[in-house]
Amino acid sequence: MKLKQLSVFLENRPGQVKVPCKALADAGVNILAMSLADTEQFGILRFIVKDPAKARDVLAKAGCVVKETEVLAVEVDDRPGGLLRLLEVFEKANMTIEYMYAFNANRPGGKAALAFRFDDPEIAVKALQGAGINAIAPIEL
Amino acid sequence: MSAKIENRIWDKDETLCRADLERLQVQRLRETVQRVAQVPFYKQKFAETGITPDSIKSAADVRKLPFTTKADLREHYPWGFLACDPKQVKRIHGSSGTTGKPTFVAYTKNDRDMWANLCARFLVSGGLREDHLCHMAFSYGLFTGGFGLHYGIEKVGAAICPAAGGNTPRHILLIQDLKPDVLIGTPSYALHIAEVARQQGVDPRSMSLRFGHFGGEPWTEEMRTKIEADFDMHAFNNYGLSEVIGPGVSGDCIFRTGMHIQEDHFLVECINPNTLEPVLDGQRGELVFTALTKEAFPLLRYRTRDIAVLDHGKCECGRTTCRMSRVIGRSDDMLIIRGVNVFPSQVEEALLRVDGVAPHYLIEVSRPGTMDEIVVKVEISPQAFSDKMRQMQELKRRIDHEIHSITGIRMGIELVEPQTIERSMGKAVRVVDHRKTQAGLSMPKP
Repeated sequence: MKLKQLSVFLENRPGQVKVPCKALADAGVNILAMSLADTEQFGILRFIVKDPAKARDVLAKAGCVVKETEVLAVEVDDRPGGLLRLLEVFEKANMTIEYMYAFNANRPGGKAALAFRFDDPEIAVKALQGAGINAIAPIEL
Repeated sequence: MSAKIENRIWDKDETLCRADLERLQVQRLRETVQRVAQVPFYKQKFAETGITPDSIKSAADVRKLPFTTKADLREHYPWGFLACDPKQVKRIHGSSGTTGKPTFVAYTKNDRDMWANLCARFLVSGGLREDHLCHMAFSYGLFTGGFGLHYGIEKVGAAICPAAGGNTPRHILLIQDLKPDVLIGTPSYALHIAEVARQQGVDPRSMSLRFGHFGGEPWTEEMRTKIEADFDMHAFNNYGLSEVIGPGVSGDCIFRTGMHIQEDHFLVECINPNTLEPVLDGQRGELVFTALTKEAFPLLRYRTRDIAVLDHGKCECGRTTCRMSRVIGRSDDMLIIRGVNVFPSQVEEALLRVDGVAPHYLIEVSRPGTMDEIVVKVEISPQAFSDKMRQMQELKRRIDHEIHSITGIRMGIELVEPQTIERSMGKAVRVVDHRKTQAGLSMPKP
């Protein structure tokens, strides 16, 4: 199951991360997972929320450049080595991970969740299904 | 200053009395009008206004002739302005254009000899003697700087180390080991050599260089003071542009109260770029040159877009020619970056070649140390934005590649958010040149 991720372009100057975060806060949107990719000159803020359509709207109104893409979120056991099994599945399927990041902690059942970005998420879903692993559905967020 | 410098005049024509000079100018202008009468551009203009060589009775009659602009040259690219038999062209040079295409200029054997003589004049005027060794830091190529100065130096009978392009440590090595007397290049590169030398633990004052002839870009009196202190040398300014001849249009004498224009070869006017009317001595205006002796590529009233001030007063050196100030601005938006001519429209053209980049950009020029730095801020469009860092870096690389292939220089690329570059009601502000305010080159648009 694929999730919608939102990305925002950020210039590297003080106060820039605050702009999208404040817009979401004012609209009552909670951020479930986020990552910030940085270069010396600009950054890309990516995050996952429950209602991406609403968040997208809010961010665009705040003047942000927003991009919607699909990522895969998967639960793993929250213990040393919990992530390894997943990585082995992707390696076996010969898939390159574009980037990945973790969800906020405290998921039920001793689980941790991670978001993965692939060129073709469809292939990744099939690889996971073949290994008997289910990706997190939007409704489970 | 360690080296004593003596006032010397290379060519007696530099000291013609004004009456004789004007007689010579009128005679040569009539010959030029005759020569260009078969150039289609001028032929048509002459037909419209009834101009013939007989229309020229005084030097002021140059105002009856049509202007020539860079756009005219481009329109008649490459050889529409050639006034001689193509077989007589013995040298070609060129300058960067606004559309990626250079404009070419041509020289006959006589033009080449005349050019070498004009360069010899300002070189000798600024201290060059036959027993000197010159270190050439100009590149040799279509750009007129390298070859123009080279033949001028040979004309004087001095020696040359044609170091040309290459990295700065190599220049420093050559200067230390070969001990040249004279440095030739752009003024900002001279400062750069001094800076790199100091970083290597070499005091540039300990170098053998005692004279410098600098040109190819506008500079300031502050830069001159710094170069002279850095190297313990005399630094002289020279001016030229390929459309007129290249270096050799004018140059400093030892009194340095303006560059002597070689008026027996170029008729100079200083005009208000809006009204096209002449301005008085001491007032800022655009320099306009008419070739008087050129055979291959004589242009009438070429509009340089360079803003300067003229002075017809007497100079202590004995030359009778009119002097021009440093170039203090432009009447168009051309930038000179590390000696290379760059137009904002070239950057715009480069951006238009890259999908997904908005045509909103701002060029920022500065000189943090001794070398020019240029950064282009480009607004990113939502279509071009990607969550993948790889794609964003690729976008920057593509912009960098297109700008480099059109302008020939590398610029810093900064991606910025949409709507962050200020929109103006009238003509968009495309360039912020911090060098001007730093260097006192600030020039209100006339």
